[in-house]
Amino acid sequence: MQATKRKSVCSVGSFLNNDNTVGYLFALPFILSFTLLTLVPMALSLYYSFCTYTIGSSPSWVGIGNFFSLAHDATFGNSILVTLQYVVIGVPLKLVFALLIAMLLTKPTRAQGFYRAVYYIPSLIGGSVAVALVWKQLFGSRGPIVGLIQGLGAQGFNFFGSTTWAFLPLVLCNAWQFGSSMLIFASGLKQIPKDYYEASEIDGANIFRRFFSITLPCLSPIILFNLIMQLISGFMTFTQAQVITDGGPNYATNYIALNIFKEGFSYQHMGYACAQSWVMLLLMAGITGLIFKTSSHWTYYEN
Amino acid sequence: MRERRILRDVLYHLFVVAFGLLMIYPVIWMILSSFKLKSEILGAEAPFWPTKWIWQNYPDGWKGNGSITFGTFFKNSAIVSVLGTLGTVISSAMVSYALARVKFKGRQFWFTAMIMTMLLPGQVLMIPQYIIWNDLNLVGTFVPLILPKFLGWPFFIYMMMQFIRGLPKELDEAAMIDGCNKYTIFSRVILPLLGPSIITTVVISFYWIWDDYMGPLLYLSKPELKTVSLAIKGFADAQGTNFGPMFAMSSLSLIPVFLLFLFFNRYLMDGVTAGSVKG
Repeated sequence: MQATKRKSVCSVGSFLNNDNTVGYLFALPFILSFTLLTLVPMALSLYYSFCTYTIGSSPSWVGIGNFFSLAHDATFGNSILVTLQYVVIGVPLKLVFALLIAMLLTKPTRAQGFYRAVYYIPSLIGGSVAVALVWKQLFGSRGPIVGLIQGLGAQGFNFFGSTTWAFLPLVLCNAWQFGSSMLIFASGLKQIPKDYYEASEIDGANIFRRFFSITLPCLSPIILFNLIMQLISGFMTFTQAQVITDGGPNYATNYIALNIFKEGFSYQHMGYACAQSWVMLLLMAGITGLIFKTSSHWTYYEN
Repeated sequence: MRERRILRDVLYHLFVVAFGLLMIYPVIWMILSSFKLKSEILGAEAPFWPTKWIWQNYPDGWKGNGSITFGTFFKNSAIVSVLGTLGTVISSAMVSYALARVKFKGRQFWFTAMIMTMLLPGQVLMIPQYIIWNDLNLVGTFVPLILPKFLGWPFFIYMMMQFIRGLPKELDEAAMIDGCNKYTIFSRVILPLLGPSIITTVVISFYWIWDDYMGPLLYLSKPELKTVSLAIKGFADAQGTNFGPMFAMSSLSLIPVFLLFLFFNRYLMDGVTAGSVKG
């Protein structure tokens, strides 16, 4: 009698201490969020993208109708183009800037930590509505930056009134938040062995030669990492565009995320908006995949 | 030779400081504008410094639009950010322990799922998630903003995993010999050592949640529930060209983030690079 009792207590204990039990208990929060907040919504979104749907009504199946409409939707086509413009100009600009600043701040001085902190401030606050509102006035028609440009002779110049130039303040606001890329580059720079530079100096390589033959190849895996992360966040840009330009003028900054938001929540075309978000996801996956595919040709791994 | 080096050093520091000032110029401009008269903020004749320091923008802005003051909005932001941060820390620490230290069946699958979620753009899920919360009658409450944070945040799970992987396995084994089980290893060995990573998570998740705009825009429409980021946007729209109070409230809204940064910037900097660079 006593022996069986002990045995059952023991098996409860061994069940609780089993790796599978412990693992699933601790991972439970993520398992719940992955199924309920990622998988189920994705499945729903895929289903709705083949329906017309507004909140309060029941979805009605339209097959590939939404995707067919998308192909002829000039606003959506335009939103893809302007998003690509934003990403293709903005991401390299941000990465080049981040790398230059990271190199500038590798000089070991006592103020290095302080400098890095100051140069990180834009990233700390750049995503906030407060900064977006500042940007809107700073680059606005009566703001100091337009004042400066007009002072140089471009009379009547105005960023947000021009379909050609309205994207620039948004790209600059994104590039200005170079802080996290900068820190990642800085820690990569620190890992490049010093003797590479010393050897090349003896061989008479100049500063540019050293940059292109040592620094860039050694950093290439980190460049890949930063590129992917910035691409993803660039494609998703929302807050700044919503607050600063609200997509204008004449849809010149109507980025995909903003367009999906308007389609879904302002016009209540939920099914159509879901179809758009799937096109966006496939586009991003395609571009990211392409970069990964080609990366073996331009990234260099030691060991 | 030595003099040339000193000169080069001085030039270096001058350049870095000057460029740094240029980088934070927008912040300085915002703060100075919050102390200016309306007529001095914009336009060709606008001075850099306020000719007279005006404090009135702050009480004017604090009053908000109508009956609800910014006190309410700050309280709402504090509730969402504090609870959200708490949830992020607890759940992410648990999940990272499971994925980094426990050899359970399917671990590789859940790890891959976590990485995929990290790379998935949130906009794809924006509409279906909204529909789900709407079906649950929870739109217009803080729940959609807080509850998901208690279910783990992949970015921080990954960051903590990297940290736990750096802790020697021998610690676990020694604790096991001393009579610890998998649960007490987590609470007595891993959790205390996870300190720096936890502080990093607190700082970054707090300021991400505090600054979040899209979440509150989707889920909070009642004025008395708005967070600061949402309220400032509405305030700016309603005030039109009366920019002083708007800049005053914008400046105030950045203070909590700045304070955290001031005290914990080392942890924040470590966290940003965690996971991107080996070793």
